[in-house]
Amino acid sequence: MFKKYTIALTLLKGLVFGLFILPSLSPVSAEMVVEITQGTFEPTPIAIPDFVGASSEENALGTEMSQIVTNDLKISGLFRPLSHSTFIENVHQMGEVPRFGDWRLTNAQILVTGRVRKEGNLLRIEFRLWDVFSEKQLEGIAFSGDISDLRRLAHRISNAVYKRITGDAGYFDTQVAYIAESAPNTKRNTRRLAIMDQDGANHKFLSNGKNLVLTPRFSPIDPQIAYMGYSGQKKTIEAQVYLMNLKTNQKAPLGKFKGMTFAPRFSPDGSHLIFSQTQGGYSSLYVEDLKSHAIKRLTNSPAIDTSPCYSPDGTQIVFNSDRGGKRELYVMNKDGSNPHRISFGDGIYATPVWSPRGDLIAFTKITKTKLCIGVMRPDGSGERLISQGFILEGPTWCPNGRLILYTRQTPTDRKGRGGTSRLYAVDITGKYEYVMPTPQDASAGAWSPLDYN
Amino acid sequence: MFKGMKRGNLQMRIRDLALLSCVALGIAACDTVPTTTDDSSMQAGQGLDSSGFPLGSQEDLAVSAGDRVFFGFDRYDLMPEGSETAARQAAWLQKYPNVTVTISGYCDPRGTEEYNLGLGMRRANTLKSALIDSGVDANRIATISYGKSILLVEGSTEDAFAQDRASVITLN
Repeated sequence: MFKKYTIALTLLKGLVFGLFILPSLSPVSAEMVVEITQGTFEPTPIAIPDFVGASSEENALGTEMSQIVTNDLKISGLFRPLSHSTFIENVHQMGEVPRFGDWRLTNAQILVTGRVRKEGNLLRIEFRLWDVFSEKQLEGIAFSGDISDLRRLAHRISNAVYKRITGDAGYFDTQVAYIAESAPNTKRNTRRLAIMDQDGANHKFLSNGKNLVLTPRFSPIDPQIAYMGYSGQKKTIEAQVYLMNLKTNQKAPLGKFKGMTFAPRFSPDGSHLIFSQTQGGYSSLYVEDLKSHAIKRLTNSPAIDTSPCYSPDGTQIVFNSDRGGKRELYVMNKDGSNPHRISFGDGIYATPVWSPRGDLIAFTKITKTKLCIGVMRPDGSGERLISQGFILEGPTWCPNGRLILYTRQTPTDRKGRGGTSRLYAVDITGKYEYVMPTPQDASAGAWSPLDYN
Repeated sequence: MFKGMKRGNLQMRIRDLALLSCVALGIAACDTVPTTTDDSSMQAGQGLDSSGFPLGSQEDLAVSAGDRVFFGFDRYDLMPEGSETAARQAAWLQKYPNVTVTISGYCDPRGTEEYNLGLGMRRANTLKSALIDSGVDANRIATISYGKSILLVEGSTEDAFAQDRASVITLN
């Protein structure tokens, strides 16, 4: 149907057998770019008619995929998918090029069209992205994969749309691990480790709620999370860092430690885990080589040193410490040398996390009246607050470096009623944000790597 | 247990207080029904205290010495009232030498989870040190921190927050 020529033939973890860039049916333009670094942000109106096939079965698959794409782009906050009732042109009768005049009447700026072919268990998908105003094809890609990966194939289309429009990597084929809460900020609250696709699909609990669990973090290289969990009762109670294999759901403590261990985070190459360990009333940073299990102490001061996070190149560590009296952010070399303070503003600084692009550190800032999420450069300059409220904390980066996921809580009334806790994803400009579609209250979100499987 | 407490409108205020300490444990709340006593307290005390609780029991501690001390915002030093409570707790513990305890540190929710785990541990250790200074054997005292992940009191008010910042003694 479409003339294809291969630009790249890649094997991506068995999902996509071949990736083809479809030739443009009109001159490629770079006009349709959403600029969200300045001005007030308005989501871009986008038309995503059902993807079509040659049979009712293919049409049904196409509809399902286009709905996944629609949902992805809608919850990203960047796009406003238009109601199908406004569409004029029938996609089943559409020629190679859409009737742009019809689509302009819907107020769409962008149009996504797709075709689906099913061969056994193989789905062949072609999709095109059109600029309705300049009447040009912005993107055209053909790829295929197993029907059992239908959702992931659809997310790839969302990724392509997002990348073409924003210039940043699409993050739709990712997962979010978090703590599901039953009654936030009350005594009866239970916390369960949970994981889901970023669009809320395939939600799964990883713990039963009997034991307290906190702060899950993804391994950057394999299906594994580190988290902090409690076990035992009374005299035997322990609070330790655990590792959980996400394929088998098997968990094991990181090791045998005297004090509490908490605040785990993987090194960017996945080979080490950095964490806090208490000794008496102090908390210091340690790193464990996950292969040899050798443990090295990195900080040693009468302070609370916690929330460590590596720079994306693995050479430095940013962490939270009250060694100077007030809680501030510090950066040191990965061997613990040359610790220096980088935060100097008013208020209390906490939970630093290094952007995957390396250029920013996100943090929680606590003032007398509110908590904020902000970013600064790794040298501490350019501090900017991007979200604020009653209780905000725990920023974590979307792996594309564009969004920050954080926990936002609302207060309860005097009887502990009405409190909520949700995960929000905010653009680093602070211009727009959206709620992660968790099925219940949530905290401590962590975003999987982009190519995580 | 908690639901019953809320709905049942218990008449005995003191008993209510004692229950609070069990509810505060959160994780193990249902296992620490206050009407039962563990072995050590049976050995520790024969008979009942003036409030009708078995001598040397968790409830006896809560009523006669106080089972918790409170802290200022972002602080981990004992306030004058906390020092007095700690002195009473130390005397109580010396009266029942078979009793071992776990001190749990708690924080109010307006902080960050990880730092508050460290802060709760400091608060637990502050009380532990005070008890040791008053002559209690360090081996009788374990510590743990819940940070802000378990709240002692409900409600997002300054009053509630002040009660969330605490170290609580639980008999093992």
